[in-house]
Amino acid sequence: MSDAALIRLSGITKTYGSGQAAFQALKGIDLAIDAGDFVAIMGPSGSGKSTAMNILGCLDTPSSGSYEFEGVQVEQLTRNERALLRRNYLGFVFQGFNLLSRTTALENVELPLIYRGEPAAARHAAARAALRQVGLEGWEHHTPAELSGGQQQRVAIARAIVTRPAVLLADEPTGNLDTHTGEEIMDLISALNRDQGITVLMVTHEPDMAAHAKRVIRFVDGKVDSDRRNGEGA
Amino acid sequence: MLWNTLQLALRSIRRNLMRSFLTILGIVIGVAAVITMVTLGNGATKSVSDQISSMGSNLLIVMPGQRFGPGAEAAPPFKSADVEAIHNQITAARLVAPLVSKAATVVFQANNWSTVVTGTSNDYFQAGNWEIAAGRSFTETEERAGKAVCVIGESVRDKLFGRQNPVGSEIRIKQFACEVIGLLKAKGQSSMGSDQDDIVVMPLRTVQRRLSGSQDINRLTISVKEGASIDATKQQLTMLLRERRNIAENEDDDFRVMDTRQIAETLTSTTKILTMLLAAVAAVSLLVGGIGIMNIMLVSVTERTREIGIRLAIGALEREVLLQFLIEAVVLSSLGGLIGIAIATAASIFLAGLMNVPYLFDPGINLLSFFFSAAIGVIFGFFPARRAAGLNPIDALRHE
Repeated sequence: MSDAALIRLSGITKTYGSGQAAFQALKGIDLAIDAGDFVAIMGPSGSGKSTAMNILGCLDTPSSGSYEFEGVQVEQLTRNERALLRRNYLGFVFQGFNLLSRTTALENVELPLIYRGEPAAARHAAARAALRQVGLEGWEHHTPAELSGGQQQRVAIARAIVTRPAVLLADEPTGNLDTHTGEEIMDLISALNRDQGITVLMVTHEPDMAAHAKRVIRFVDGKVDSDRRNGEGA
Repeated sequence: MLWNTLQLALRSIRRNLMRSFLTILGIVIGVAAVITMVTLGNGATKSVSDQISSMGSNLLIVMPGQRFGPGAEAAPPFKSADVEAIHNQITAARLVAPLVSKAATVVFQANNWSTVVTGTSNDYFQAGNWEIAAGRSFTETEERAGKAVCVIGESVRDKLFGRQNPVGSEIRIKQFACEVIGLLKAKGQSSMGSDQDDIVVMPLRTVQRRLSGSQDINRLTISVKEGASIDATKQQLTMLLRERRNIAENEDDDFRVMDTRQIAETLTSTTKILTMLLAAVAAVSLLVGGIGIMNIMLVSVTERTREIGIRLAIGALEREVLLQFLIEAVVLSSLGGLIGIAIATAASIFLAGLMNVPYLFDPGINLLSFFFSAAIGVIFGFFPARRAAGLNPIDALRHE
């Protein structure tokens, strides 16, 4: 927890609804994450781990508190500035893959680069390289419907890393996959953290998957319950 | 950014072929229906006014009585002296053709045909723009003597003679035989739907003596000289006839003067009303097409909302997403509009040929229906997307 932390959350709360029906999903989160770390966020359902993840990924905004990303106060950014932050620094992997349907793997992976305004040739090369990196060489022109779950998640990972993001956010990345495929995906994510220095934040409720991380944070009832290091990881 | 967004939009159209097709279909049907209806209506209007001008331009038609139909006979008919008087006193009258018409059965060998026999003068052919296809018109002697000669229309020729040349043959009308001296060039159907070529023309005196048995004239057709004022001539004619028919100052006319322009206006205004009616019906189909588009767009909103969530999550700006959807809507609607115009053009040309009306391209209705369909497509394609793009990315992603 040094002062040069990549991400620093202080007093983050998130409340859904209002009045009698109000539900506080996060009750004041203080957290600092260093560049290059591999953090697993665990906790039972309803503990607020996904909500925290969405706020970390700038997909959602906190009700109160401060979120600092590389020294920038995220809660003060406009909608467009947050979009640019996602575009330039963050990569997402979701439990449900969230690929565009009827769209080839290559086009899915290219998409973030299109929004970055990269020329077509560079885009194709980068997307092919990213697909090769996740082991999907030869599957470029298949649509999600033609790919297995593990392959779809690999496409999603390729899409997340094609922009060389600082942080990879993975929300239950193995939740829809069998154990064996899940292990493969975890190996891939671990390798990205180890070899390319990408900071990884991962939400999971499976201890086996969390074992890949360097640091495990446990959420209970919208609060950080425990925060420990995994030694050298698995 | 624009180029990239355009590519994204086109990609999305290609990817969702079924949705794109259905969106386009609604517009195509609406646009094609409206344009076809209006184009055919315009063609019909044009064909009516063409037929009226084929009656002869600058024509005045004078009939006894103030109205058509029963009661018209109450007014006294015209006499030959009226024709003389008009000839002498109305300087603007180029031709004055008296008319007596009688229904009669005409017979040639084993064929017979019921038609209308018209007694008139040679002026009738000129005033009515009739051309002689074979043979000749009446000589002065024939007119004066009331000889049994006739000029027949194409339909009568067809019924009695088939393809044969009728000139020189004799046909029987009631109790007398009549020599066919000429054949009129076909004019086709009149704007009222009657067959203008179903006609037998004889000298006035022949009909008066042998068919009607009186000196009466039922109708006058007056051709006004080129350049003379129709309205002034009409007024002079009315004054002359009132005087000749002894109509008191405070009494209404017991005859009616019409000019072809007036008839043309009446008839074309009728077809214009019909055109508008058809266009209104077609506009409903354009509207229904619009509702179809709306349904398709609303049905696909869940999928699109998730798609928008994905795009926002990976760093698309709200305005980039909106621009993409706007382009998509505009491209689809314009494409639908263009296809609709193409189909309407083909259908109009085909149907115009079938209905025997001229094909007239009307740029106004093409533009109007094109922009209307584009507006529908944009409104229903774009506004649901706008709502979705305004959501938090995570809410858009979770949209069920």
